[in-house]
Amino acid sequence: MLTYSIRRVAYSIPVLLIASFLLFVFVRTTFDPTARLAASRDPQVRIREQQRLGLDDPLATQYGRWLKGAAQGDFGKSEVTRDEVSKTIRRGMGNTLQLILIGAAVSCVIALAVGVYSAVRQYSALDYTFTGLSYIGVAMPPFWFGLIAIQFFAVRHHWLLSLGLHSGDSQGFDLDYLRHLPLPIATLCVQIVASWSRYERASMLDALNADYVRTARAKGLRPRKVILKHALRNALIPFVTVVALDFGALFGGLIITEQIFSIGGMGRVFFSAIQQGDAYVLEAWMLVAAVLIIFFNLVADLLYGVLDPRIRLS
Amino acid sequence: MMEQMELINEAEAEPRSQWQLVRRRFGRHRVAVVATIVLLVLIAVCFGAHWIAPYPRGEQDLLLGPTGPGGKHWFGTDNLGIDQLTTLLYAGQISLKIGLAVALISTVIGTVVGSIAGYFGKFSDQFLMRATDLFLVVPQIAVLAIALKKFGHTVNWIIVVLAALGWMYVARIVRGQVLSIKEKEYVEAARASGASSARIIARHILPNCIGPILVNATLAIAGAIITESTLSFLGFGIQIPDESWGHMLSSAEGNYSVNTHLLYFPGLMILLTVLCVNFLGDGLRDAFDPQSRR
Amino acid sequence: MTSPLEPVLEVRDLHVTFPSDDGDVHAVAGMTFAVHENETLGIVGESGSGKSVTSMAVLGLLPRSAKVTGSVKLHGHELIGLTDAEMQPIRGEQIAMVFQDALTALNPVFKVGDQIAEAIKVHHDVSGPDLERRVVGLLETVGIPNPKDRAGQYPHEFSGGMRQRAMIAMSIANEPAVLIADEPTTALDVTIQAQVLEVFERIQERTRSSVILITHDLGVVAGTADRVVVMYAGREVEMANVDDLFYNPRHPYTRGLLASLPRVDGSRLSRLNRIKGQPPSLIAVPSGCAFHPRCDDAEVPGRCDLIRPELRTIEQRHRAACHFAEQLPPLSTTDLSAAAGGEKTTDHV
Repeated sequence: MLTYSIRRVAYSIPVLLIASFLLFVFVRTTFDPTARLAASRDPQVRIREQQRLGLDDPLATQYGRWLKGAAQGDFGKSEVTRDEVSKTIRRGMGNTLQLILIGAAVSCVIALAVGVYSAVRQYSALDYTFTGLSYIGVAMPPFWFGLIAIQFFAVRHHWLLSLGLHSGDSQGFDLDYLRHLPLPIATLCVQIVASWSRYERASMLDALNADYVRTARAKGLRPRKVILKHALRNALIPFVTVVALDFGALFGGLIITEQIFSIGGMGRVFFSAIQQGDAYVLEAWMLVAAVLIIFFNLVADLLYGVLDPRIRLS
Repeated sequence: MMEQMELINEAEAEPRSQWQLVRRRFGRHRVAVVATIVLLVLIAVCFGAHWIAPYPRGEQDLLLGPTGPGGKHWFGTDNLGIDQLTTLLYAGQISLKIGLAVALISTVIGTVVGSIAGYFGKFSDQFLMRATDLFLVVPQIAVLAIALKKFGHTVNWIIVVLAALGWMYVARIVRGQVLSIKEKEYVEAARASGASSARIIARHILPNCIGPILVNATLAIAGAIITESTLSFLGFGIQIPDESWGHMLSSAEGNYSVNTHLLYFPGLMILLTVLCVNFLGDGLRDAFDPQSRR
Repeated sequence: MTSPLEPVLEVRDLHVTFPSDDGDVHAVAGMTFAVHENETLGIVGESGSGKSVTSMAVLGLLPRSAKVTGSVKLHGHELIGLTDAEMQPIRGEQIAMVFQDALTALNPVFKVGDQIAEAIKVHHDVSGPDLERRVVGLLETVGIPNPKDRAGQYPHEFSGGMRQRAMIAMSIANEPAVLIADEPTTALDVTIQAQVLEVFERIQERTRSSVILITHDLGVVAGTADRVVVMYAGREVEMANVDDLFYNPRHPYTRGLLASLPRVDGSRLSRLNRIKGQPPSLIAVPSGCAFHPRCDDAEVPGRCDLIRPELRTIEQRHRAACHFAEQLPPLSTTDLSAAAGGEKTTDHV
């Protein structure tokens, strides 16, 4: 297990370095931090500013400098807002982590429950219902689902709230928070729950038809134990892979969700940065996103090793 | 096993080409057939909007203003009194065009790269797999948004950018298929008889992975339509005066608490289209690979 | 305890039907047999002859869509018609099963020892060191070296033969009255096969269990079974003591199987005979005797394709379902000595 973990961690480092370099170059060549000086009467102003920021160095040098700062949590100062980039990011992370952790947890629980039920009661009325819903969930743009949900639950019926995560001076985990949470979480997760539950149904069906399930029944185990212990344990293995693969999509979904619900998180940070052409914020945002996704991929990989002895011991 | 036997029996009963078999099995998949018909009708009415649309494109009726669905305007009108059905049809042209073009381009690129990586292996294979790893660690929508900012928001750039970021999925599938097919006897035989690599890939390998490629192309259509709508909704995609379904929803935002019909119809069009495309994909998968049926 | 004359397991007129798109599949069409204490019954047939379905029906493990009729009695108690919950105390405790491919039959994500322990815990309140001792003891019984270490390993760390031994250890964990082994040696090398069969024999000496040995390989049966049932297209075509079956087969199908055994006596170049044609589809079983299209001795047109031969007693403890059972010539002795090469020398029949 230890060698396996080390190997996984070691592999993710070059991936992170190369990805961050490409993203850095990509953002740098798209947005010029001195763009606001373009209209300046004296062209020398812009050139001087570029020299001051080191923008005339080769990209690799710039990247090295940037990465060195980033490793210490220093992403420089935004040329647009004049704020410390790291502060902006840190402020955004709070809400984002709430959304993404709760969202991932809720998605996993629902997808597993639906998938297992549908597989065990294959061709039952509820199985057909779930399958139908999952087709719709996959085929529908999540933001549209969010808009309709707002329309119904918040605008027409006032059951739930659709602006931010807290209203007024409410803070922390309270009823107000609980009324704010469902709509953005649902918007963030609807598509992923639909596709994960379909996937889990399929892998659970595979597991239920496997020989080892027949063996477990032949031992005299109760059906509940056969399903939840023998079949589910095996069906979790492919499920973890899919969850890891889709984590990037979940992160991307934040941009839309936070925009629709006016939640001040990383999605909002990205949205305003791209509109204002804030290169430093975008660079930092991309790096943080990549680190987070790689981190969760790593967690999934390790979980995979825990679940599957064949991987762990090979 | 049973399915395999069925296959053999069918083949023995009357000699049929693979395509005849595929067509027959596809025909048995009722939902897929219906979805295909609906999809074709959608494409026809959208691209025939010039002749079908009840009002000229963009014709305003400021005195009328926003109205709900009714006799004169089946799907209602927006703030400027523009007929929504007309807008929907013209917007559909762009949404469908993007979906189909992205799927086509990314499938072609993905097939070429995937077959090269799968067939020649070694460096090209490593490169493909590591490159896709890189793409998996960044939120795609963010990269797309920046890329469109960089290149421009025209329909053609949207197609290019979406395709440029979408081909890896096809490539990975094709690679996997090619890896397994290239070990088959008939490929060995072709190689032994001196056929060139290009010929072996084109004549012997690709025709045998046409099923998964087509199924993935349908997934690519669905993905591109949804991604485009998301980007356009956020304001990173299609810009005025062009319209797509996603962009219509962005215009409707802020307004829909009063005029909910502006919210429903464009979304329903996306839902219907993607649903049909996915059912078509299911039908194709069952038709090409009957064992995969559940 | 039942008296030695009473069968431990008695199957009477067992029918199993599966619905399918192309019509009902009559997988088992009226099987009747019994196994006694300390007896090994071989059930022989080609794949698709219904032998595995028969064993699954005995344990009530068939999918819900299967229609099962007839009677299966364990120590005189009827099992057909019991609910899943009522069957659970019997499975693994009274009747246990050894499956063909231990690689897929063992759960890949649990340790072998834990899987064996689970089989005990389902039925008995044992835990801790006691349970562990029993598991290690079982592994030792089936001849696994270093049983203590092996118990902590996963199935993929075992070799094929060792896995099958572990599977057997699991099935005998509760010393069941009936042990059903479904092709227990098919996935193994010939040398390992012999070792695994030996394990069965050793266990039986100790537990006096009834063993039902399901196989397509008459060679396996020759060395192990006391009596043999030969199945064809869901029916019994012949049943006899193992010696009678090998020296005096009364059904052309049995004779075909015997003739197709590879000869290893080395005295002459063996010619592999095979039965012509394919086993019939269970949806469209041939009229009359199901075997007639493949039978060299069939009277066609005539009795064989018109009238289905009933099972009838040819001599004591020997029955066959063939119109010409009595008329068939004896097999030449050279054929037989080789075929029965691995014959079991038993003193308890």
